[in-house]
Amino acid sequence: MAATTPQNAGLSAVPSYEQEQSQARFDALIEQDSRIEPRDWMPEAYRKTLTRQVSQHAHSEIIGMQPEANWITRAPSLKRKSILMAKVQDEAGHGLYLYSAAETLGTPRDELNDQLMSGRAKYSSIFNYPARSWADMGAIGWLVDGAAIANQVPLCRASYGPYGRAMVRICKEESFHQRQGFEILLALSRGTEAQRKMAQDAINRFYEPSLMMFGPPDEQSPNSAQSMAWKIKRFSNDELRQRFVGMIAEQVKVLGMTLPDPELRFDEETGRWIHKELNWDEFMAVIKGNGPMNSHRLERRREAHREGAWVREAAAAYARKYENSEVA
Amino acid sequence: MSSNTWPLWEVFVRSARGLSHVHAGSLHAPDAEMAVRNARDLYTRRNEGISLWVVRSEDIITSDPDEKDSFFESPQGKDYRHATYYKASEGVKHL
Amino acid sequence: MNHDELDATLDSFGDALASATRVTPGNALRPEDIAVDGVVPDEDLAQYALRLGDDALILAQRLSHWISRAPELEEDVALGNIALDVLGHARSFLTYAGLAWDKTEDDLAYWREEEEFTSLHIVEQPNGDFGVTITRQLIISIYQYLLYSKLAASADPTLAAIAAKAVKEVDYHRDHATQWTRRLGLGTEESAQRMRHALEILWPYVDEMFQDEALHERLGDRAVLPSSLREDWEQQITQVLTDAGLEVPQVGMAMARGRSGEHSEHLGYILAEMQVLARKHPGASW
Ligand SMILES: [Fe+2]
Ligand SMILES: [Fe+2]
Repeated sequence: MAATTPQNAGLSAVPSYEQEQSQARFDALIEQDSRIEPRDWMPEAYRKTLTRQVSQHAHSEIIGMQPEANWITRAPSLKRKSILMAKVQDEAGHGLYLYSAAETLGTPRDELNDQLMSGRAKYSSIFNYPARSWADMGAIGWLVDGAAIANQVPLCRASYGPYGRAMVRICKEESFHQRQGFEILLALSRGTEAQRKMAQDAINRFYEPSLMMFGPPDEQSPNSAQSMAWKIKRFSNDELRQRFVGMIAEQVKVLGMTLPDPELRFDEETGRWIHKELNWDEFMAVIKGNGPMNSHRLERRREAHREGAWVREAAAAYARKYENSEVA
Repeated sequence: MSSNTWPLWEVFVRSARGLSHVHAGSLHAPDAEMAVRNARDLYTRRNEGISLWVVRSEDIITSDPDEKDSFFESPQGKDYRHATYYKASEGVKHL
Repeated sequence: MNHDELDATLDSFGDALASATRVTPGNALRPEDIAVDGVVPDEDLAQYALRLGDDALILAQRLSHWISRAPELEEDVALGNIALDVLGHARSFLTYAGLAWDKTEDDLAYWREEEEFTSLHIVEQPNGDFGVTITRQLIISIYQYLLYSKLAASADPTLAAIAAKAVKEVDYHRDHATQWTRRLGLGTEESAQRMRHALEILWPYVDEMFQDEALHERLGDRAVLPSSLREDWEQQITQVLTDAGLEVPQVGMAMARGRSGEHSEHLGYILAEMQVLARKHPGASW
């Protein structure tokens, strides 16, 4: 059988009557803006696309813990330490919510995790940059979580029920992530010369990668149309990027900082923001594994998995021996 | 599934007295005792709950979605089960 | 997306999910409240609060290292919760102690030298493998549970309030450590072996936890005499270990004097990491 692609989804040579009926019911649910639930029939391509998207999203949350975890032990005040720890821990939670959603599509978490550790799965490429300074905690919260929220809020209405529900929970929790990041930068911007420099440097480094978090321009994003037809995606990459850049262009003024984009302006005629040409070559190189931290991020995951093997094994062995004789 | 893989559990949270437990999501845990603790850590970090249920996912019996029509057709059209069906008594007080 | 927009979007899903995701900040005692409402403690009381704060701070610093490295993602979240609780206790105790010297929690955490830290040796012990961390947690959480239980009845209302909040959290930490001790003790031969090893390397630091100081005597019913906790502690931990097929190790006790600022070789590194950024920017606010 030929590989299923979004284009030939659900169209085998001679669809049976049952298949046609199922497809019609699926199409009707999508049409009505209703939700697809785990045990419903769905086209294989829909299942595959979602599994890939949801698990990539989960991987991003998990790998995304690392750059910020890097600063927990060095946070410059105990309050910031608490906030950062809670934030990084939330990201672990987000990963878990999303793996749960992905599992309802039929792929167990172990397998998804293997895909991540073996380098076969992708995750948000922005986490392959190092978090070099404390100000990066601010820039990541403000720009990276900010871009993530802009992406995620429409996903709360994704046509696949478990994904949408996971996103609702995540969006509620994310609301503090962006603010805490912004406030880190705000404190730095009102601080010493060295602090202001640190803040501007972090904004400079994370601005472009955060704009690229929305994915390639619409004309180079072939799968987007199908995802939008399936109502997994509600807005195009460029639409979301436009909204985001418009918001941060205003917010950066509150910080008294600048975005590293002298060309950035709102074009009254087209009603669009013009921003600088983004470096998609670098983006692709990082996706392919050549970012400054790719190798380290994956190895850290593998290491935790390896070092934890005896613990998981012991707990499983204990459960086999004692589970039925005890109550919670 | 290897024997060292922790099974999947479904988590239900009661957010306040007087409300039902509502499905919140799922998680992995080696056994029931750990499952309820993991549920506490994962799903009630912001005071979302005062009570938790965990159930092994494989123990949940679902109605077959393919039989949706035959399973849930019967109540359709029986509007006489609803108070709004009884128009003649509209306007009569306390009825 | 501004926050009102976000809320509106989320609200538009109706209440189907609302009850499972309803969040509230709760109304427990926070370090910020102590800074505002706390009565200034006298020198002895401040020294005592400093000890409890230092124990919690160094333990939190150790625990926080686990986030993103735990044996399973669920455990990242669990250890994160514990670390956050303990850091919260540290902040409350240090904030309170600092009132006596006109210092903030951060002055105390970031601007004291190693010999000024009064933490116990047990909390500075390296995380080791998960078994070592769980064993350290078992030792310290039973101890803190007993300590805070009694301290909740302290004649000093601020300490009593901090302890009353902390004891409920530490009770959960004790449960977490107990559950894991049982699973690792009874799980596989390897896990039992690792637990026996962990007990052997950590047990020498038990003695120090129960040493009384003149300070405790002077504080009377405002503090808890460490030695008064020992019997219950031994009874509880022995029970947990027995249930887990483990034994109290037969090892000697280390000469540990963390309370008077004499630490092992670990604390210097912990502080170097914790303080590096703050010290690079004297006088800065964050
Ligand atoms: Fe997240
Ligand atoms: Fe986030």
